[in-house]
Amino acid sequence: MNAVKFLFAAYIATWVIHCFYIGTLVTRFRRLRQQLKELGKGK
Amino acid sequence: MKRLFPILSIITAVLLAYALRQALVVAPTDALQGDVYRIIYYHVPSAWTAFLLFSINFVASIQYLARAKAEKLVKWIVIAIGVAGVIATFLPPVQQQIPAGMRPSAVATTFLMIPAFYLLIGWLFRGEKLDILAVTSAEVGVVFCTIVLVTGPIWARPVWGIWWAPGDIRLTLTLVLWLIYVSYLVLRRFSNSAQTQILAAALAVFGALDVPLVYLSIWFFRTQHPQPVIGGGGSMDPRMWHTLLISWLAFLCFGFLICWSRFRLETLHREVEHAHAMESLIGAEASAKASMPLSRSAK
Repeated sequence: MNAVKFLFAAYIATWVIHCFYIGTLVTRFRRLRQQLKELGKGK
Repeated sequence: MKRLFPILSIITAVLLAYALRQALVVAPTDALQGDVYRIIYYHVPSAWTAFLLFSINFVASIQYLARAKAEKLVKWIVIAIGVAGVIATFLPPVQQQIPAGMRPSAVATTFLMIPAFYLLIGWLFRGEKLDILAVTSAEVGVVFCTIVLVTGPIWARPVWGIWWAPGDIRLTLTLVLWLIYVSYLVLRRFSNSAQTQILAAALAVFGALDVPLVYLSIWFFRTQHPQPVIGGGGSMDPRMWHTLLISWLAFLCFGFLICWSRFRLETLHREVEHAHAMESLIGAEASAKASMPLSRSAK
């Protein structure tokens, strides 16, 4: 039973890392879109 | 292209769900380790995906460095390495050096893949896109390598009784590989020099040399890390094999999608930077023109 905890811990850790990375990509996309909008307004 | 991304996302999601079901329900339990061995279905595909991404980074970096002066020369050198490797694999003295269990045909195929991979990347990506591909593959590769370094100790604790085996050559080399690519990303993030892209490409070329060392370490050294089961003469239940390959396919598709998004992000980032540079240039030009009559009148 104890070993199964390690199995689920590994699977959860994998998806936490992937979700965190995808989150950073989404944040960076939003920031760039905002900058593009501001550049458009400047023109 | 816009439709392809959601279609691929759905296929990847289905594949990941199917792979998870295969890993947790269909694949048989290991006689020695019990259910905890199922970590292999996330640990090994993540490692293979990381190695593939670092290899893409290596090829893109070489092409980026060679693009101006030695493009044709490097291309022919890579083709020569591939052909010489295939021929050498079938020579008896070389075959004696190949570790037991490693098939010469697999080694020959690997050598054949080197020029094929190089030409394919050169055909698909050119100029600045090669640099974007390099940074993309390195960053996503670091994510997958982080997963390897996290899931490995979680698996080791119940099986070996320790989280980490200090001095184990494969574990140490994998950590070194991760550190090399983290330093590559730090260099790219914080250096503003005009030479950053070239320096980073050179670092990537040396860093990628660690990939074959990591892969071959368990063939040439006795380590705490298990000796090769896959392709190393070890036996594996066909259902385990099937699940492992499905998991790898799912993670490859997932990695491809992330790379695609990261590539678009980097392209957009460079467009914004270019637009900022143009804006400041136009601003500087306008202010110079405005100050001209004043300077003339001062004379």
